[in-house]
Amino acid sequence: MAAEAEMVAIPQAAARRRPAGHAGDAVFHGLTVFFALLVLTILGGVIASLVWGALPALRKFGFGFIANGAWNPVTENFGALAPIYGTLVTSLIAMLIGIPVAFGVALFITELCPKWLKRPLGTMIELLAAIPSIIYGIWGLFVLAPFIQEYVEPALIGTIGKVPGVGALFAGPPLGIGVLTAGFILAIMVLPFIASVMRDVFETVPPMLKESAYGIGATTTEVMWRVVLPFTRIGVVGGILLGLGRALGETMAVTFVIGNSHHVHASILQPGTTISAALANEFTEAVGDLYQSSLIALGLILFVITFIVLAAAKLMLLRLQKGAGA
Amino acid sequence: MQLYDRRRLTNRVVVGLSLAATAFGLLFLVFVLATLLKNGVGALSITLFSQATPPPGSQGGLINAIFGSVAMTAIATLVGTPTGILAGTFLAEYAHGSRLGEFVRFINDILLSAPSIIVGLFVYTILVVPMGHFSAWAGSVALAIIMIPVIVRTTEDMLTLVPNTLREAAAALGAPKWKIVVTVIYRSAVQGMLTGVLLAVARISGETAPLLFTALNNQFWSTDLNRPMANLPVVIFQFAMSPYVDWQTLAWAGALLITAAILVLNVGARLFASWSGLEK
Repeated sequence: MAAEAEMVAIPQAAARRRPAGHAGDAVFHGLTVFFALLVLTILGGVIASLVWGALPALRKFGFGFIANGAWNPVTENFGALAPIYGTLVTSLIAMLIGIPVAFGVALFITELCPKWLKRPLGTMIELLAAIPSIIYGIWGLFVLAPFIQEYVEPALIGTIGKVPGVGALFAGPPLGIGVLTAGFILAIMVLPFIASVMRDVFETVPPMLKESAYGIGATTTEVMWRVVLPFTRIGVVGGILLGLGRALGETMAVTFVIGNSHHVHASILQPGTTISAALANEFTEAVGDLYQSSLIALGLILFVITFIVLAAAKLMLLRLQKGAGA
Repeated sequence: MQLYDRRRLTNRVVVGLSLAATAFGLLFLVFVLATLLKNGVGALSITLFSQATPPPGSQGGLINAIFGSVAMTAIATLVGTPTGILAGTFLAEYAHGSRLGEFVRFINDILLSAPSIIVGLFVYTILVVPMGHFSAWAGSVALAIIMIPVIVRTTEDMLTLVPNTLREAAAALGAPKWKIVVTVIYRSAVQGMLTGVLLAVARISGETAPLLFTALNNQFWSTDLNRPMANLPVVIFQFAMSPYVDWQTLAWAGALLITAAILVLNVGARLFASWSGLEK
């Protein structure tokens, strides 16, 4: 736009003014490009530093690192199986609880609730997202874990725990601290993220589509299921992946309640660990290069997993924005 | 008629479940806040703001941690705000669908949700290892890195909301582009950008994971940015996980302080945005 303006300016005046303006323009443009590139450099730096730090461990253990269930600082035998397993299982539990609830919340906000309630309700859900994870952690440790230990776990052990096969998932003593509790806390934490993305994409549905469906007598459920969801499905999946990305990398809340044990238990009532919890607990106390390098290798694995999930989420939401929603 | 009844019943069940889900979500917000108030208010006292963190079994406060959190958040904000705003300006004003712009936006959105503990590892490798010790500087840099993507995002969003006619009007007067951006565009988007900065400050003031390997913790009062520095999140983590009741009480007090600060920042940012006529 500036260029166009100068083309129509009187030539002599432009010649007089151009130097000052142009120098300023070049400097300012250069500055913005510099800081934009800085964002790229940060990401590049993160990847480079993780790879570099993880090299000793990867060289020693190779790809077997991922499948090795041992974690022994004394014999310096490290494997990522238990943390990877814990990360995936806690996130899976979080998604199983979080997605339906988030869907319900988004449905309520977009279709059911009276107009005056929309804003306050949206704000409250967003405040739920603003509470830092350390707060969820301390709350989980002192409030949720005892509650789950006293009421939820005995009930699970007494009912599903007795079914052969599935029962193995709910075996063992009720400890309160463990994979299930961590998954539950994660569910509460990702709920606002998924719900607010779902709400946003549901609102992109043209009212005419919904009104047509209501007009031929469809119920709210049918409008949601047959009109809104098909129209927004890419955005919904994007929102879910965004929540999954959060759940995979969440650190503090999980560290408080998962019990930090490098064992793969079949039962989700038993303590476990996740990649981020292992890092938070052990990194500053890791003695020896190989120990520290193994932890950084865990970080690299976490980064690769979340990068893929987040990139997929982002691409899906982008596709929705470009109008390829249906 | 039977089909109609079934459809109506299904709808009632779904609507009921949706209500229950919303109640479930809000219940936890209330539940968490109520627990914080119950355990935190009793732990509030004057010594909290006058004494440093104690060894187990003796009296103490959180002043060193409060100072550390405020100082590191302030430095991170000073570094992160200009960086984020300029990068956001590039995306909104200069990128115009270029490959570089698309790429930076994509990477920025990834950084926005990347696990914060990874940022801690990164800063540990580039600052703590070469310096040979943990320091408040490293903590501030880690917080700044978490803050930047948030500000880039809100700045870009806010600048794209500024109507093009303003840019054209200024350009027609012969103003160079940098002047248009700084004196016209920034001025009309300043409230939105400030809201973004406030939300970013709220976001980093509760971050714990990136500080574990960077600022670490310090039991004593220290204003030396070159040394480990206490900060509320890490103190809460340590004290809550400890078996000592008086440490746990202090952790609750710290948790209440942090949550109160963050909620005030969040609600304040929202009020500010709606007061200045911006719809979030």
